[in-house]
Amino acid sequence: MEILKELLKGNRRAAAKLISLVEDDFTQAEIFLKQIYPYTGQAIVIGITGPPGVGKSTITDRLTKNLRKQGTKVGIIAIDPTSPFTGGALLGDRIRMQDLSADPEVFIRSMGTRGFLGGLSKATQATIKILDAMGKEVIFVETVGVGQAEVDIVRVADMVLLITMPGMGDDIQIIKAGIMEIGDVFVVNKADRDGCERLITEIEMMLALKPETKWKPPVLKTIATSGTGIKDVEETIFHYISYLKDSGGLERKRKESTRKEIIDLLREKWGILFNQYIKKDFLEEVITRVIQRKEDPYTVVNRLSDILIKSYKQGEKDYDQ
Amino acid sequence: MEEKKIRVLIAKPGLDGHDRGAKVVARALRDAGMEVIYTGLRQTPKQIVETAIQEDVDVIGLSILSGAHTHLFPEILKLLKENQIEDMIVIGGGVIPEEDIPELKKAGIVEIFTPGTDTRDIINLIKEKIKK
Repeated sequence: MEILKELLKGNRRAAAKLISLVEDDFTQAEIFLKQIYPYTGQAIVIGITGPPGVGKSTITDRLTKNLRKQGTKVGIIAIDPTSPFTGGALLGDRIRMQDLSADPEVFIRSMGTRGFLGGLSKATQATIKILDAMGKEVIFVETVGVGQAEVDIVRVADMVLLITMPGMGDDIQIIKAGIMEIGDVFVVNKADRDGCERLITEIEMMLALKPETKWKPPVLKTIATSGTGIKDVEETIFHYISYLKDSGGLERKRKESTRKEIIDLLREKWGILFNQYIKKDFLEEVITRVIQRKEDPYTVVNRLSDILIKSYKQGEKDYDQ
Repeated sequence: MEEKKIRVLIAKPGLDGHDRGAKVVARALRDAGMEVIYTGLRQTPKQIVETAIQEDVDVIGLSILSGAHTHLFPEILKLLKENQIEDMIVIGGGVIPEEDIPELKKAGIVEIFTPGTDTRDIINLIKEKIKK
């Protein structure tokens, strides 16, 4: 378990190798993830989301630079889409973060979604833990450029920074369900463009219609390329984090995200077991019988579940011996 | 289920500002099912190696048109060695005179692709060298 020792010391190569293992072979990675779990839960996880091209990477870059001035160790997970057609991906978020790659206390990992919907990749949650265990204090998770329904970031991050910019559409876009519901802090980037003030008013009106909560998501202005407004964003983020800590909100959020994670892992596990234990021919047979109306799908599912449970128990026994 | 993917870093060391070629290659590798990390222009050898470590790539593709390849390519290989990285291959491309190629290969660059290369040759070489 040399690699774990190295990871806990902050070794970048160990972290990078473990992340690859998580992406390529989750079952193998589990062995390590079990070991590092006790060392996680320290870092603050900040989700950065918004439509493509609004400036997520640039804002992440600027925020990271500010944090580095205070000595904070930063991890960044930058997710870009994987082609559903070829399985390939062009991961280009680093272009906006060039200066950061020379800083040994910043660890950036680019990821393709690899068929995972929701704006993240399947390996995201485990990668957060790896960065956390290696000693990163703040972890930014930059989602793919999202449309309207990619809201998974809410369940893995302690807070969500929702970035948008003028000229993305009319006010109906803002009151649609989905993405606009998940921001804890809103940022209107490229604020020197026409329509900025109107957009801010529209977002504020949308927020005013929400049920009254103690935290009113602020709407901030930035011009990320020049750094304008970034300090304000940084202060607001940490103001919100301390509010979360004091109000018990952080604990609540993390409980919810742990609940979600356990359920997801369980589903995943049963999926794997299904592929492992239900023989293809047998499944074909069952399908034929269902089509012929000799059996119904509901009874069949119960029967398959019984087989899975029995096989799983048998498998555990084999493992013990 | 998970699938192992070939990860490639396409990097532009040195000071020239032309990345048309790098982008064409990046795009071709993407279409061949690889995960391509593109870092943009004007990277130092240190930045490139650090990025390769963090991204845990299988291949580093260096694109250069400035003429500084005989200096910058070996520098990158040296840094890889210093970091005890033995599981990545380095390939190069760009405007590189024929007579410089043997020296670069001797230094450890697996292959050099000059203008006019069919992108399929690059894909084939990577797939042959990196078995996943």
